Amino acid sequence: MTTKLFGEPVRRREDPRLLTGQGRYLDDLGGDALAAAFVRSPHAHARIRDIDVSAAIDVDGLVAIYTWEDLPALLAQPLPLLIPHPALTHGRTAHPLARDLVRHVGEPVVMVVARDRYLAEDACALIRVDYEILKPVVGVEEAAQSAQLVHGDVPGNVGAHLVQEVPSAAGLGAREAIETAPHTLAFRLDIERSASMPLEGRGVYARWDADDRSLRVYTSTQTSTSVRMAIAAKLGLPLPKVEVIAPDVGGGFGVKIVHPWPEEVLVPWAAILLDREVKWAEDRREHFVSSAHERAQVQSVRVGFDDDGRVLGLEVNILHDHGAYTPYGIIVPIITSTQLLGPYKIGAYRVEFSSIYTNTVQVTPYRGAGRPQAVFCMERTMDHIAAHLGADRTAVREVNFIRPDEFPYDQGLIFQDGRPLIYDSGDYPESLRMLKELIGWDSFPEAKAQAAAEGRRIGIGIGCYVEGTGVGPYEGGHVQITSDGRVHVSTGLTSQGQGHETVFAQIAAAELGVPLERVSVVTGDTRRFGYAVGTFASRAAVMSGNAIALACRKVREKALRIAADALEAAPGDLEIVDGEVRVLGAPGSSIPLATVAVLSNPLRYAFDEEAARATQFAGTSAFDRPPVEEGQEPGLEGRDYYSPLRSTFASGMHAAIVETDPLTAEIRILRYAVVHDCGNLINPMIVEGQIHGGVAQGVGGALYERMVYDEHGQLLNASFMDFLMPYATEIPRVETAHLQTPSPLNPLGIKGAGEAGVIPVSAVIASAIEDAEGIGIDRMPISPSDLFDLRRASTGRSTSET
Amino acid sequence: MNIAITLTVNGVVRQAEVPGRRLLSDCLRHDLGLTGTHVGCEHGVCGCCTVLLDGEPVRSCLTFAVTVDGHDITTVEGLAAPGGAMSPVQRAFAECHGLQCGFCTPGFLCTVTALLRDNPAPSEEEVLEGISGNLCRCTGYQNIVKSVHRAAEIMAEES
Repeated sequence: MTTKLFGEPVRRREDPRLLTGQGRYLDDLGGDALAAAFVRSPHAHARIRDIDVSAAIDVDGLVAIYTWEDLPALLAQPLPLLIPHPALTHGRTAHPLARDLVRHVGEPVVMVVARDRYLAEDACALIRVDYEILKPVVGVEEAAQSAQLVHGDVPGNVGAHLVQEVPSAAGLGAREAIETAPHTLAFRLDIERSASMPLEGRGVYARWDADDRSLRVYTSTQTSTSVRMAIAAKLGLPLPKVEVIAPDVGGGFGVKIVHPWPEEVLVPWAAILLDREVKWAEDRREHFVSSAHERAQVQSVRVGFDDDGRVLGLEVNILHDHGAYTPYGIIVPIITSTQLLGPYKIGAYRVEFSSIYTNTVQVTPYRGAGRPQAVFCMERTMDHIAAHLGADRTAVREVNFIRPDEFPYDQGLIFQDGRPLIYDSGDYPESLRMLKELIGWDSFPEAKAQAAAEGRRIGIGIGCYVEGTGVGPYEGGHVQITSDGRVHVSTGLTSQGQGHETVFAQIAAAELGVPLERVSVVTGDTRRFGYAVGTFASRAAVMSGNAIALACRKVREKALRIAADALEAAPGDLEIVDGEVRVLGAPGSSIPLATVAVLSNPLRYAFDEEAARATQFAGTSAFDRPPVEEGQEPGLEGRDYYSPLRSTFASGMHAAIVETDPLTAEIRILRYAVVHDCGNLINPMIVEGQIHGGVAQGVGGALYERMVYDEHGQLLNASFMDFLMPYATEIPRVETAHLQTPSPLNPLGIKGAGEAGVIPVSAVIASAIEDAEGIGIDRMPISPSDLFDLRRASTGRSTSET
Repeated sequence: MNIAITLTVNGVVRQAEVPGRRLLSDCLRHDLGLTGTHVGCEHGVCGCCTVLLDGEPVRSCLTFAVTVDGHDITTVEGLAAPGGAMSPVQRAFAECHGLQCGFCTPGFLCTVTALLRDNPAPSEEEVLEGISGNLCRCTGYQNIVKSVHRAAEIMAEES
């Protein structure tokens, strides 16, 4: 019997290979390839006066040295601006190798190719670049006020400026609503930079087949299909002659959705030019200074509310630091602006952001993608309101919740996918009830008093979020049942540890009625599926999961039609169980899917005994119909796409209890509770894993991780020694509970789960520390030193009543 | 100038000629083709490259290959039984979802294998301490901790 597969904690099918050293990550491939290495700018802002390679050319094993001047016309252009937006009036992207100017430490200037990486780095060390050092622009507020420009033709360092406004039901603008509200507060919030920081860096390996004039590129990417199109365009190759494969990828978390990276076009170009395999694997320092960061924002908030804490008007001004270039457009501040509203009905809302150039590494989405900042803002606001009114923090949230009977709920804004921000489903009051029960919210005051009596400081915090997931435009799935009964599933988007091989197989097995063992899944390989968008925005399960389900339904229908002919039954009287098509109520009357697959492909030639059943003299085809009927195709396979009307909105609420040391200001998380709603669960074990990992990254962002730039634009902590990623000793055990409000938007009723865990953590920890300390927390991350300083400076809350 | 070295890797005598600066991680991966050992930071912090040197966990990215000439190395490829059956530690990680992207996993598996050999029934604190030199960016560690306890259970059941 086929067991129930959808919704079961099926063990991962990826694991045996990854546990035995048989995974194949980028740098595990191409053992004989030449190695590329890069000379990168040591300066944050400088003009290149001269590049002298003469000392490098004698290095044993050197193959080639390239600078911008060597690049052909298409490659010499700036890299693509991936997501244009009308508000991004001054979008700028880097050249693959710096042309004249460098704008951040780590920008690639020279590419060296040599027999191995050691020798390539030897050559890099001998190349002399003469720089005229220019004054760098560092810090988003400094940049917004500076006369110094990151790009000479971008006045005020402003790349984009966007205002979005939603009036109240009574037609009031946010400013008017705030002015006329019974209570008004204003405050400022700061969030620092962190980064995705996957343990495997980026990497590219290119193989050129000179005989076939074709290129195969392996890259550690979140979007192989789009890298393929970018390479074809940049290298002037016909698309069918380029294939791109994401092998096993050692984590992405957002940074690998950016493309094409300079290396992704330069390495294939060199491979063609040299007619040799070429590979580049990023080292850790390179990842710190030449990939991407995220998070940094300064937010100014004004809120007006009534005596119950109901928000009547909210105005947020955001300064967003996007670094030196904007290849990914303004997606991050757009998401902050729109997802800020969370599970709440906000009377009138006005949000304005300026996205600012600085001489630092570019800023592109990192797991959460602008939402942690948004939730920090809104949840700090809720806590400020509660403190002002002397109300329970959960009560203030509750009074502002969208009610379960108000869905679909239109927030009146345009989301990151260019479509209306309409929430599809959710049950926020129930989430809150579950969370309060899980963490013991109502009994906490006693615990706090008890701790205080023992000289200990503990505090409880809460954070709520809504996450738009499963953004379009589309994903596709292809399903083929071969004559051995095996089911081959492919989808174009990529995997970085989410267990897609398992969950997509669960979906296919459940839809088709076949044992899980017979299903295999391929992702991120353009040879198998050429149309895709990518893995980001918690979209893979929603998008490809539904596309695969739809493709399976096509295949199932075809299988039933063919089997109906063979079994002389009506398709409606058939079911597929355990890989066999059976006549309902007639257990002896059945046909294996393997045989259906044979029959689906009328043959002239028999290559084995099974195939002989489908050959032309086997007597299976009717003389009054062509062997392949009009509108049909040979083969038991199907392809379909899922393209949603708009995003589906997952939600959740977290609570934490922290303890702060009265002397050392050390901050310990004693308990961490999560209520999570991502609609129907495909594999609860994997969803839980996603939550755990997300929370851990959130804890890193709340307490440990920050990118420290000095005034010269040098990243002072570009190593794992100094950039503090949490180990097992820093991460609390996460207690989880699931609520399942299915999405009405897609056939499987699912919502995304990948980013959720990270989103509210900074807000939750700030809320808890504030509760423990009675000191306003308005910036993240917060270290023991920061808390110590806050205690010394503390004169109460950092809120001003206006 | 290359130096000839002989290592016993996963029970097999292997020879390589490497420059003095060749890291053990690179030697294993690129000279001996054992790419299961991963390199995450090349400065000894992340623990991805952990292998067992004469049974003890070491950072292969901080070890020159020539310095371990004549020694015994176990990598992730050598943790399963000779017939291919996964070790209790490997099975526990699969059972408890102790890995996601899998990049840090070989380092954890080597670390935990040595940990449980020395301490077959570690407390929660001892497990946390034992794996506190390995970074994971995916799992949040909770299921890794669970995997270690489960591996201890499996080993006890099977001993």
